[in-house]
Order: sequence, then C-alpha cells, then structure tokens
Amino acid sequence: MLKFTEEHEWLKIEAGVATVGITEHAAGQLGDLVFVELPETGSTFSKGDSAATVESVKAASDVYCPLDGEIVEVNQAIVDDPSLVNSDPQGAAWFFKLKLANPSEADALLEEAAYKELVA
Amino acid sequence: MEDNPHLKHTPLHALHLSLGARMVPFAGYDMPVQYPEGVMKEHQHTRVAAGLFDVSHMGQVIVRPKSGKIEDAALALEKLVPVDVLGLGEGRQRYAIFTNAEGGILDDLMIANRGDHLFLVVNAACKDADFEHLKKGLADTCEVTMLDDRALIALQGPHAEAVLGELWADVSAMRFMDVAEADLHDVTCIISRSGYTGEDGFEISIPLESAVDVTQRLLEHPDVKPIGLGARDSLRLEAGLCLYGNDIDTTTTPVEAALEWAMQKARRAGGAREGGFPGADRILGQFAGGASRRRVGLKPEGRAPVRGGANLFADAEGKTPVGQVTSGGFGPSVDGPVAMGYVDSGHTENGTTLFAEVRGKYLPVAVAALPFVKQTYKR
Repeated sequence: MLKFTEEHEWLKIEAGVATVGITEHAAGQLGDLVFVELPETGSTFSKGDSAATVESVKAASDVYCPLDGEIVEVNQAIVDDPSLVNSDPQGAAWFFKLKLANPSEADALLEEAAYKELVA
Repeated sequence: MEDNPHLKHTPLHALHLSLGARMVPFAGYDMPVQYPEGVMKEHQHTRVAAGLFDVSHMGQVIVRPKSGKIEDAALALEKLVPVDVLGLGEGRQRYAIFTNAEGGILDDLMIANRGDHLFLVVNAACKDADFEHLKKGLADTCEVTMLDDRALIALQGPHAEAVLGELWADVSAMRFMDVAEADLHDVTCIISRSGYTGEDGFEISIPLESAVDVTQRLLEHPDVKPIGLGARDSLRLEAGLCLYGNDIDTTTTPVEAALEWAMQKARRAGGAREGGFPGADRILGQFAGGASRRRVGLKPEGRAPVRGGANLFADAEGKTPVGQVTSGGFGPSVDGPVAMGYVDSGHTENGTTLFAEVRGKYLPVAVAALPFVKQTYKR
C-alpha cells in the first residue's frame, strides 16, 4: 500500500511496517541536500513529531513522523550521501522504517492521485 | 509561482523567469534564489568559470560636490564613515561602513571616486534609509541622487576577465577595486573590479534600457551561467564576507566585526583626520583597548551545518555561553559546513574548540581563520 502525507512524505506499508521517505516534489523544493540526520533505531514517535532533519545549502527542514510508531530501521546510505535524496527520493533514498502502532490509521492518509493533485 | 504585487522587480525580472529561476522575496524585491541547475552547481560554476548575478536591487547613489571639488564631497562623506575617502584616488573604489553615534553599523557600502563625483553602492534593504542619512549629512555641500535608471550586475569567477575582455580589451588593465567607464555592445557602463564572492570579478552598472540586452549577451557566452541568491550567500560566506543584517548591524561595531582593515590610518588615533565620524569615541576606544567580543570564522567539525542564530558555548554541556553564530551553512567549495559568528574575547584564538547548540545537541566547532577559500583578487 502506497500512501502520502500533506507534509510531502510517502509511505510504503507492508505487514504493519511503513517505509518512509520524502516525495520527489519535496526533494525538488528543498534543492541540493548536504546533510541528513536520522532517528535512532528503537525510538518511538507520535504523528507530527520531527523524526529526521534534512539540510540544503541554504536551510534546514524537518521530516515529520507520518503516523505513531517505532523506528525499526534507518537508511545509512542517505546519511553517507545526502545527494541520493535528490536523485532517487522515492526509491533508494528512503529515510526510515516505522513499525506502526495503529496500522489502520494509515487508511486516512492520501492516495497517490490525491497527493499529485495537492502538488499540481 | 504567484506574482506578489507588493514586491518590486529589477529590470531583469522577466529574464530570470525566462531562465526558469525560482523567485523569493528579498529586501522588498522578487529575486532569483536559484536557477534550474541548483545552488550547488551554481556555486561551483562561479568558482571555476564565471557566474552572473543580478544585484540591481542594491542602491546606486551619486554624491556630487556643489563646489565642483571632489575633495569637498570626500571630506563631507568622511563625517559619516570611518574611512579615508579623501585619499581615494580617481578611478578607485573602497569598502566603507556607515556608523551610528553608538559605534554600530548602519550599513556597509562601496565608495568609488569617479573624478567629479563619488559613486556609492549600498544594500537594498538599507538604501532608502541610507539615502535620507546621506541627504541629511551632506545637504550643505553635496547633491545626493539615488539612481533609479540603472541596473547592476556582477560577473564573478576566474573566467570573468576573459569574458568581459571579448567586449572590452582594456579590462585586463584593471586592478582589484579599480573603477572605469567602458562601452559594452555600444552601451556605456560603469565597471568596477570587485564583488562579493572572493573571486576575481566585476560589478557592472548598466543604463536601464540596455540592461536586458547586455546581460543576455553576457549569458550567451558558454562560460557564463546565471547565479541566484542561494549561491551568492554560500560564496560570500566561504569568502568570509559579512552580510548586513546577519553579521553586522547597529549592535555591532567595526572593531567587534573585525573590520579594522576598512578604517585607514588617516581616520585612526594619531591619523591626519582622526575620528570625526559617528561613534568615533567608542570605535577608537575599542581600537586601542579591544572589544569584549569579536567576529570569527567557525568550522563545524562534523557534517551538520550550523546556522545563524545558533548559540555557542565553551563547554559541551552548554553551561558557559560565549557567543552566537550569525551566518552558517554548507560551503560547496570547502565541501563541508562553514559559519561565522561573534565570540567573547578569550575564546577567539584560531583552533579554539567551541560548541554550537543545534537541535538540542552541542556540536564541536573550531574557531577558524577567514576566509575559508583563497581570495583570487587581481591586486
């Protein structure tokens, strides 16, 4: 199941675990990323908490946790090479895997078509 | 991209849009922050080839002596700046600062001696206040005119001289901070060999009606790319240059800001025209006795950028505050974060490790010499 948030994140949800990243639109708006800070595995977040930080040459931006859950894995590749987020934001440059506290809450998130309309 | 009716446009606004720029509000103007290539590539292009910047939002001001004697304009202006204007030769330009009665900085600017008048370039955000300040200060002796019929562009980088040389062969005779008049494509422009990137380069004042034409022709050169405000900021930060409003303002003095080099001997204690500018007592006092804080370069030790506003501490627990970052970001040529800020005396020596508070953590930063990149001015 692929879902989106109004904060420009995507979630690919399999068996109650969401792989989370930022959308192509968001990556384009942020510009060249030079630094990524990811949460620690095992930490828990509520929906809307700042879970990660991305920095472009110009500015820092928060990446919000899209739903309640626990971080079970993070993608060290984007910490080592932040430009991966610009080149493949919806593929190899995922940010973290989130074990959802309430998987059914994902139903309320945006479908791809609705997200595309939002950023059109 | 909505057009904000409250924002002013430079003469090159439509050109920016046609080049695909992303526009942002800056100092009351709708300005290009980046073009499609992005900040990183624009920055690097300027360091290896030539970047073209629209700086038409800045104020261009003419100060003309009523007596016809340039010395009178120079002496009048010296009442507002702690700088040797009288000693500025014809065809030469000098960095200056307007100070206030407390020794703070009202703006920083360039002053050029154009023979029968002085030509000033001031910051966009300050230009209306500067104009009033100049009129008030110089009314008896000078006519002060804000030019609203000229654009200003900067051509910066190691290829700038060669690019300009194709239009004007004599450009190679100019030295850093020379100012001359020249015809580019039959348009008479005022050219200074200066800039805000740390690179060799030029600032070119162009009559309004020819601004788009001259700019487009420069952009046709394969070595030249348009550069937005984003890269302008990272370039000047690597070059250790102050941004008014961030690194200097009315609460900072020239001595605290490490701008003593901008105050020539003639205006210092014991000089031929010692003092005589606003805030002279405080500024000359700090000159002699030192200031309680100083602007320094800061090199974060990790990869995380440390931005303006971050507090600085002497210890990793954030117990002993010693200053604040005023500008910080990522330096593409340094390939790492760079910053500058104010640090209490006693902590300003190069190599001193301080700690910057970033998102609740205390990141080590080293006090570092400015600039972060080698300046390549043609002196």
